[in-house]
Amino acid sequence: MRFMMFIYPKLEGATGGAVDEAWMPPAEAVAAMTRYNDELTKAGVLLSLDGLHSPNEAVRVQFPSGKAPVVTDGPFTEAKEMVGGYWLIDVKSQEEAIEWAKRCPIGEGAAEIEVRQVFEMSEFPPELQAAAGYSGK
Amino acid sequence: MTHPKTSQPGTGANRSYEAVWRIESARVIAALARRTGDVGLAEDLAHDAFVSALEQWPVSGVPRNPGAWLVTVGKRRWFDMLRRKGTLDGKQADLIRQAEVCQGFAGTDFDEVEEEVADDRLRLIFTACHPVLSREARVALTLRLVAGLTTEEIARAYLVREPTVAQRVVRAKRSLSEARVPFELPPDNQLEERLDAVLEVVYLVFNEGYAATVGEQWARPELCHEALRLGRIIAALLPDEPEVHGLVALMELQASRLRARVGPGGEPVLLADQDRSRWDPLLVSRGLVALARASELAALPGSGRGLGPYGLQAAIAACHAQAATLAATDWARICALYEALGQVAPSPVVELNRAVALSMAYGPEAGLEVVDSLVPDPLLAGYYLLPSVRGDLLAKLGRFEEARADLERAASLTRNEREQQLLLDRAASLP
Repeated sequence: MRFMMFIYPKLEGATGGAVDEAWMPPAEAVAAMTRYNDELTKAGVLLSLDGLHSPNEAVRVQFPSGKAPVVTDGPFTEAKEMVGGYWLIDVKSQEEAIEWAKRCPIGEGAAEIEVRQVFEMSEFPPELQAAAGYSGK
Repeated sequence: MTHPKTSQPGTGANRSYEAVWRIESARVIAALARRTGDVGLAEDLAHDAFVSALEQWPVSGVPRNPGAWLVTVGKRRWFDMLRRKGTLDGKQADLIRQAEVCQGFAGTDFDEVEEEVADDRLRLIFTACHPVLSREARVALTLRLVAGLTTEEIARAYLVREPTVAQRVVRAKRSLSEARVPFELPPDNQLEERLDAVLEVVYLVFNEGYAATVGEQWARPELCHEALRLGRIIAALLPDEPEVHGLVALMELQASRLRARVGPGGEPVLLADQDRSRWDPLLVSRGLVALARASELAALPGSGRGLGPYGLQAAIAACHAQAATLAATDWARICALYEALGQVAPSPVVELNRAVALSMAYGPEAGLEVVDSLVPDPLLAGYYLLPSVRGDLLAKLGRFEEARADLERAASLTRNEREQQLLLDRAASLP
């Protein structure tokens, strides 16, 4: 089973430059995170991972009815929770994914992790599989 | 010693303890084996510690460092055991005194942080795959000690009875202890040979999942997943060994086709008929990356080895993975890779595969010539794929009567029911 672990750094109250500052973690946090990523690798569960640029650089594309898509540049003041990065892991159960999430070296209240299972094509009903171009072979 | 009932389904807490076990068990067993010098004893101690955890954690909560907790409890059990037996030697008595003094200072029992000694897990892997053990015993022990599977899970995956697996594990542990196999990494001059034994175990597990030799299911993906996980672990622990990456590449690439090679009714779908859009692109790209790493390491000056058998098979699998259609496959390159494989690992099975590639690259006659030269080989007597391939080639050449006879013979030789049906269907569909 594949699970995505999304990390949401806590940005309460931070705006503008403060967000960027909070976004770039200190060296010791990076070192701890690298050890954690190493552990995931040595346990044979890590498939891929990435960290994302600051939400100040985010761009949103919206689709209002009857109009062309609208592009808005960040920063977005209302956004308290923005994805900071993800791990894609291959484990045997949701409980195992949760155990791994609990081991993530995050300072007190500094971030949250959301654990989400990845859909397998076989979980979709047949008509959706057909719509996705699966021949059923 | 007792074996914990870790698999009562339903309760959420139990399932999360099982997850802890899966994550921590190899490290806990390895840490205890380093102290006791006996892997079998270490496993028993670790399981006893886990039984205590199942009793205590629901009340006390899961400790912050569950692995260290389990090692500490396991170690205490060992001390108790030694005391009871009254066979403490001077060194062991010192060890116990030291541990007790530390506990006194630390105030609480479980403050001790277990620093993992580098290579502990590697020692465990090499010990579980030690040459004093039979292949079957190595497989059972590796799945149990390194992958953290219960005997029940292993039995289910291999379609054998649980006591059979349990007995196999007990015997394997006894053999290690009787042969006084030390908990050590192999010396440099034996590393290659011992690593081969480890990789063989991993690939045996993978293959049993990929092409089940018995039973009514054509593939058992859970075994493929366990083997992949083991391979990825070994690659992370031995990052400079080209064949480890070669094996990982091979398994990732083969596993990328898992969902395309079983039809909706559970029937096998052969490579030629697979819907390539169903190949898993993430596993394909991981496989290609691992293969590149293997090639890079094999080409290093001083390696002088070139790609080994797993790397070469991965390179063949990569040819398929990179071809958009069967017709677009670089069959000439596959022929050359099989030839190279035949040189580093000569086997009539490799020759048979080369024959198939030759037929794809240069026509069925070219393949049939090689296949016919293999028919008298005693190693292939009773091997169902020989008449299966021969039947296919004969059918392509329009020699239907002979083709039918070979396909039916192939069906009579396989024990896999799905495969048998596929062969009989092909025989029946001939004009």
